[in-house]
Amino acid sequence: METILMHNQLSLEKSRPGRRGVQFEAAQKPASAYLPEGYLRKTAPKLPELSEFETVRHFTKLSELNYCLDGEFYPLGSCTMKYNPKAYDVLSALDGFSQMHPFAPETAVQGTLEALYQFQELLKKVTGLAAFTLQPAAGAQGELTGILTARAYHDARKDFKRTEVIVPDTAHGTNPATAHMAGYTVINIKSAADGCVDKEALQSALSDRTAVVMLTVPNTVGLFEKDIREIADRVHKAGALFYLDGANFNALAGIVKPADLGADLMHLNVHKSFAAPHGGGGPGAGPVGAAAHVAPFLPKPLVTYKNGKYTLTGKMPKSLGKMKAFYGNIAVCLRGYCYLRQFDGQTFKEIAENAVLNANYVRCCLKGKFNAFFDGICMHECVLSINPSDMNGVHTSDIAKRLLDYGFYAPTIYFPLIVPEAMMVEPTETESKQMLDAFVAVMEKIYEEIKANPQIVKDAPHSQCVGRIDEVSAAREPNLRW
Amino acid sequence: MHTEENCRFAKTHEWAHMEGDIATVGISNHAQEEISDIVFVDLPKVGQQVTAGQNCCVIESVKSASEIYAPVSGEVVEVNTALANDPALVNREPHGNGWLFKIKMTAPAEYENLLDLNAYKVTIQK
Amino acid sequence: MFIPHTSQDREEMLKKIGVSSVKELLAQIPQDLLYPALDLPRALTEQELCAHMRELAARNKPLKNFIGAGIYEHFIPAAVHALSSRGEFLTAYTPYQAEASQGTLQTIYEFQSCICSLLEMEVATASHYDGATALAEAVLACLRITGRKEVLIPAALHPHYQQVLNTYLRHQEGVRIKQSPAGADGSLDLDALAKNLSADTACFVLATPNFFGCLEKAESISALVHQAGALLTALVQPIALGIMQTPGSYQADFAVAEGQPLGNAMNFGGPGLGIMAAKKIYMRQLPGRIVGIAKDKNGKRSFVLTLQAREQHIRREKASSNICSNEALCALNAVIYLTLLGPKGLQEVAELNVERAHQLAEMLGKIPGYRVKFTAPFFNEFVLECPIPAKQVIKKLAKKGISAGYALGADFKGMENCLLVCATETKTAADLQRYADALGGI
Repeated sequence: METILMHNQLSLEKSRPGRRGVQFEAAQKPASAYLPEGYLRKTAPKLPELSEFETVRHFTKLSELNYCLDGEFYPLGSCTMKYNPKAYDVLSALDGFSQMHPFAPETAVQGTLEALYQFQELLKKVTGLAAFTLQPAAGAQGELTGILTARAYHDARKDFKRTEVIVPDTAHGTNPATAHMAGYTVINIKSAADGCVDKEALQSALSDRTAVVMLTVPNTVGLFEKDIREIADRVHKAGALFYLDGANFNALAGIVKPADLGADLMHLNVHKSFAAPHGGGGPGAGPVGAAAHVAPFLPKPLVTYKNGKYTLTGKMPKSLGKMKAFYGNIAVCLRGYCYLRQFDGQTFKEIAENAVLNANYVRCCLKGKFNAFFDGICMHECVLSINPSDMNGVHTSDIAKRLLDYGFYAPTIYFPLIVPEAMMVEPTETESKQMLDAFVAVMEKIYEEIKANPQIVKDAPHSQCVGRIDEVSAAREPNLRW
Repeated sequence: MHTEENCRFAKTHEWAHMEGDIATVGISNHAQEEISDIVFVDLPKVGQQVTAGQNCCVIESVKSASEIYAPVSGEVVEVNTALANDPALVNREPHGNGWLFKIKMTAPAEYENLLDLNAYKVTIQK
Repeated sequence: MFIPHTSQDREEMLKKIGVSSVKELLAQIPQDLLYPALDLPRALTEQELCAHMRELAARNKPLKNFIGAGIYEHFIPAAVHALSSRGEFLTAYTPYQAEASQGTLQTIYEFQSCICSLLEMEVATASHYDGATALAEAVLACLRITGRKEVLIPAALHPHYQQVLNTYLRHQEGVRIKQSPAGADGSLDLDALAKNLSADTACFVLATPNFFGCLEKAESISALVHQAGALLTALVQPIALGIMQTPGSYQADFAVAEGQPLGNAMNFGGPGLGIMAAKKIYMRQLPGRIVGIAKDKNGKRSFVLTLQAREQHIRREKASSNICSNEALCALNAVIYLTLLGPKGLQEVAELNVERAHQLAEMLGKIPGYRVKFTAPFFNEFVLECPIPAKQVIKKLAKKGISAGYALGADFKGMENCLLVCATETKTAADLQRYADALGGI
């Protein structure tokens, strides 16, 4: 018999008129005593009507349908799904922080402002850059902030002919989308055979029309751009700014300072570079750092320290303006601050080294069955590639789904675009050797299945609450609300 | 009626079929196979001016968005409204009912520069 | 600690890789730049870190808060945080692998459903960064849809939202932002609006309540805007919609809101929760993630991220937005909050807000020298005109443990003596009295 209380019944299906989860005291008078009828809604919204207990059970049951980092290994390349210490969840949510209004008098929020100021200072030390804004709400908004900062810089110099942003073909989709949002024309350049920037292609794309060159370091195939200083020199010689996408900064902290590599601008993702839980898709925070000549153009305000007080009132006449309301995703930035206070330079070096060690270990263990597209040593992630005709017609997406059956989340798949049937594996710095060995063992098992019984892989997943989902009909006839 | 045989092709995989000064435009069977399950066609607007070789339409699958380039220049005079409810028509009948839009040509000579079926087949075998 | 490897683990791993040290793996990095000194402060143990953070938190002063201005203090039932802080939600990734993410996907679908119903709109996204960026993205969509070049905004739009709009629109070729003024009663001057609308107006941003807390005559505005062939983007307050007329009822084409009041703490202004909804015909113009119902291979109902071909990871520079991560966890808080309250609870909260704010307005307006500046209807916020600069009022009341409001003078010329005051359901009758007494005593 099929159970009627199916786990995935919607709250609106469980709803019963008159039930409720929380009660407030009644107002003395109805709203119509204060407001003209014409301003009031005619029909009540169709929200779920459940008791508190039903609500708790509903969302608890839903949570159990999720994979999560606390439970499963996420070898998600580029996403850096590393452990986030639980203390930061508690500390960032202390009433003293969470109950503060952004427009409260500054004398009443000195604790928050000090934490934010110190976070800015620590970010400067770790990257070598001259200033940091904490305003961007996520990595992608950080990119937009960086590119708009660059644009404000060029505009202030009346250098209006710079209309192009150069992006390698391995870049995250956000890079070209960001440049486009900032009103720039995107120039895509091909990568060289070794997975790094093709210097010839870069040189011929560079001109007095180039505003910014965006580069991810380490890049999205997990390699450190070996000629990065030369690239930075060429970018600067052309009068352009050099933007580092810091999505992979967890592999650099304590290893090398972005400023030493010639970066003019850079964003960091607090959840990847440092420590904040992903939350099923945010909130993140994307602080942006700038070298001294670009810093005046960052969004305002920055937290400054003057006469023994922290303040947001510092003048920034050249600032590009605001990226979002208020000052940034503060609760996330507080987590980042906690992380930077808990470790010193030596430990950051060890953390980054571990990211590199883990990725190379997995790469070497899988060699022969699943090979890296660009052979040789990688940084914090490796990009594997398969040829379906050698794999009994099994595709990367099938392997991804089969991994779920074995209790592992899937790697990032079909990215970067230049790698056919890509599987991007980033073990992160916080996974143990034993977990990596288990992952390797499962990948080997799947390899054997591909050879002996590929159908079981093609039909995966078998163990989840739902089977393989028909995304095509979902997109053809969108049902986006109940 | 347009068929694979009586069309001309662009290297970018669009076909055009000329009747008088009107060219009906679609994508080739090869192109629909490459795109696979089409979920949405973002058609140009009637009245829109298009230029040969410029993108004027987007075909979406679940995991891709493919630009469609006008094979000839002119004004869009009709779009295939059936695709709004049934985008898969392009998969099923790329050369028939799965056409995309019609262009009133301003430079009919452009049509002559397009490839015939045999020449097109050579390009996709490369 | 953070890194699990023992030295034996490390040795075995290096051996497998075929190198003798990790440094050998870093050969591509310019060796003279390797291992820079970071000059960081001494590392803190977890215990020390806790003490340090608690000390910083204690340095903040908890004033009785009467500020709104875009971020609102509301009561959050305990179940909201208890559920959303479950590791299964908190530490999950973006639900790209749908089969292993049904929990997150269903909650987003339920969020979209609740938002559509609350706003009486047809489609909603999975969330944006905050109200201001959601507004900017909606306005960009209006510009794309209409092909027109002028964006009309009310002068009484949140100053931060105006600044964010400026940032997002600055590099759109030929696009202009124009302000339409408020009338003497604090709500929009409809005659001026009619004059400002033109064949070049892409959209009007209808903020109701506006930044002065005043509610707008939405139906009349909507008619004017649509007569001009422009689109209407409504900026609303989600708690107010427990009782207030909805964007759908006055035919808004897009509707956006700051969703923080729905179960999210103030957090010094962030994270927020950008809510965005639209008429169905504009579904594909919505940026950001959207969840839809799907079927699995056995025909079982399931949920999946859909319409993804609009997004940056597929369209790259052709995408309409670069948004990627959004505010999923804040949206989860919001949907849990709405589920706990239901229609009745939300109505109660909204009515309490109206009542407390009106009670406070009446009390403060009676104090000699003070008056409620505008006569237009308001929800939970109003402008108080003071006999002295509002900044001084704020300073004096802070010393009495009260956060009096937001001083309007910095953003609005001639309003140096004007204070924007908010009272939500969190303010009791005693709190209101305390404010009135404190103000009367300065």
